[in-house]
Amino acid sequence: MEISRHWRLRKQRYALEGEVCPHCGAKLFPPRDVCPHCGLEAKQTYTFVGTGTVVSWTTARQAPEAFAEQAPYVVALIQLDEGPKLTAQLTDLGDTEPYPGMPVEMVTRKLRSDREERGLILYGYKFRPVLERALAE
Amino acid sequence: MSEIVIAGIGMTPVGEHWATSLRELALEAIEKALHEVEGLRPQAVFVANMHAPVLSRQANVGPLVADFAGFRGVEAATVEAGGASGGMALRAAYLAVASGEVDAALAVGVEKATDRVGAGVESAAATVLDADYEAEQGVTPAVQAALIMQHYMQETGAPREAFAAFPLLAHQNAVGNPYAMYRKAVKESVYHRVTMVSDPLNLFDAAPLADGAAAVLVARRDALPPQTAQPLVKIAGFGVANDTLAWHDRDDLLDFAAVRRSVEAACRRAGCTPAEVDFFELYDAFSVYVPLILEAAGFAPRGEGWKMGQTDALTLDGSLPILTMGGLKARGNPGGATGLYQVAEAVLQLRGQAGDNQIPRARRGLVQSLSGPASLAVTTVLEAV
Ligand SMILES: [Zn+2]
Repeated sequence: MEISRHWRLRKQRYALEGEVCPHCGAKLFPPRDVCPHCGLEAKQTYTFVGTGTVVSWTTARQAPEAFAEQAPYVVALIQLDEGPKLTAQLTDLGDTEPYPGMPVEMVTRKLRSDREERGLILYGYKFRPVLERALAE
Repeated sequence: MSEIVIAGIGMTPVGEHWATSLRELALEAIEKALHEVEGLRPQAVFVANMHAPVLSRQANVGPLVADFAGFRGVEAATVEAGGASGGMALRAAYLAVASGEVDAALAVGVEKATDRVGAGVESAAATVLDADYEAEQGVTPAVQAALIMQHYMQETGAPREAFAAFPLLAHQNAVGNPYAMYRKAVKESVYHRVTMVSDPLNLFDAAPLADGAAAVLVARRDALPPQTAQPLVKIAGFGVANDTLAWHDRDDLLDFAAVRRSVEAACRRAGCTPAEVDFFELYDAFSVYVPLILEAAGFAPRGEGWKMGQTDALTLDGSLPILTMGGLKARGNPGGATGLYQVAEAVLQLRGQAGDNQIPRARRGLVQSLSGPASLAVTTVLEAV
């Protein structure tokens, strides 16, 4: 596992830290330093709330080596409430079948291990359904 | 400026070549291409390859292949642009000749997918994605295509069964291609029974990564020997356009904008409209790409590309034949070589050498390779001279 690489990404993985464009106000995740909407520099930090909705989803049954032990797992395209979209696994689904517009929230979970290379575990964001009770409040 | 022509092509059969190495596969295709035109040697060699650094622990593929093929004193480099590597190697060869720097340049594509098997190949395939924000979530190209397919069905109302048309057409056409991996027509009932890869995408919705090599020799027409054995095909137009690498970064998830831009640019250069091509070799890495490409290229209204599969329009005697030699699905998808197989197959059509799959009076073809979901689109208009 490339330790410095994963350390470098910790703010994105654990806190959904992205950027906001000081010129047009667009919120960006992942951070990309150049705003794709207006083309100007966008290096101002913005931390996303972590809530959004499911746009599309799939159950992955044939996994790459690093994820083989988790298969099958559910991957979704999620639209964050502040605008940008990202790809992430869904978790804590229970018997719930995902649907377009399903409200979800970010949680920190184990993404994968290094499969006994050094016993390291990689953590990062996944999304779970927002509990109905929480929605009602 | 003299016309820029394709003077020679060569292909190996696509499949599982356990006994043949990366360099040997490349050499076989190169020898065939050079053999087609006596007395013309390339001064530049561009080698398209996607996975050798991961699957074969071999980088520096361009210089390796040029050396193994016996070239000395030529320029040589690897060209890598994901699934569009082959298209971009042809682009490099074309630009080298068009600039006047060289008289002839060779584009070679080679992939050796079977040096590893199973999950290792899935891992290698996933390296074309955004490693930090897609692959680390367990996403592979097939998982990404499944997300696109699910969303396409949701937004357009296309029924799940409609996607069968494209792999079935590919398999039907591969029967007549001696280089194809699967030369067997498939029944629709079989399509609906195969293993699910990533719902709703099944095994037949994804083209198989395989071994193979293809070579295309590009030259200035006035640099050719006075007599050439093969009919000439010219490169009439080229268009290349990119888009966001990750699908989730698209503002419009169902618009393959790079397809549209590259088709428009290539046709403008060739002085034709997309409606004036006799066939379209498109990039069917996943069945859902086919309607999205047809829509973006202007052959179908938005959201209705899937309906073309329900008619005879796309068959060999239809109004817009596609995948005429089996496409990626049934010819097989030899990664970096794929874009050059597409070109070589189009050349066969334009020379009148496509055998049982010959499109009558084919004079102009559109050829397009993609990196990912049209993160890069490379489009060429080829014409019989
Ligand atoms: Zn901006």
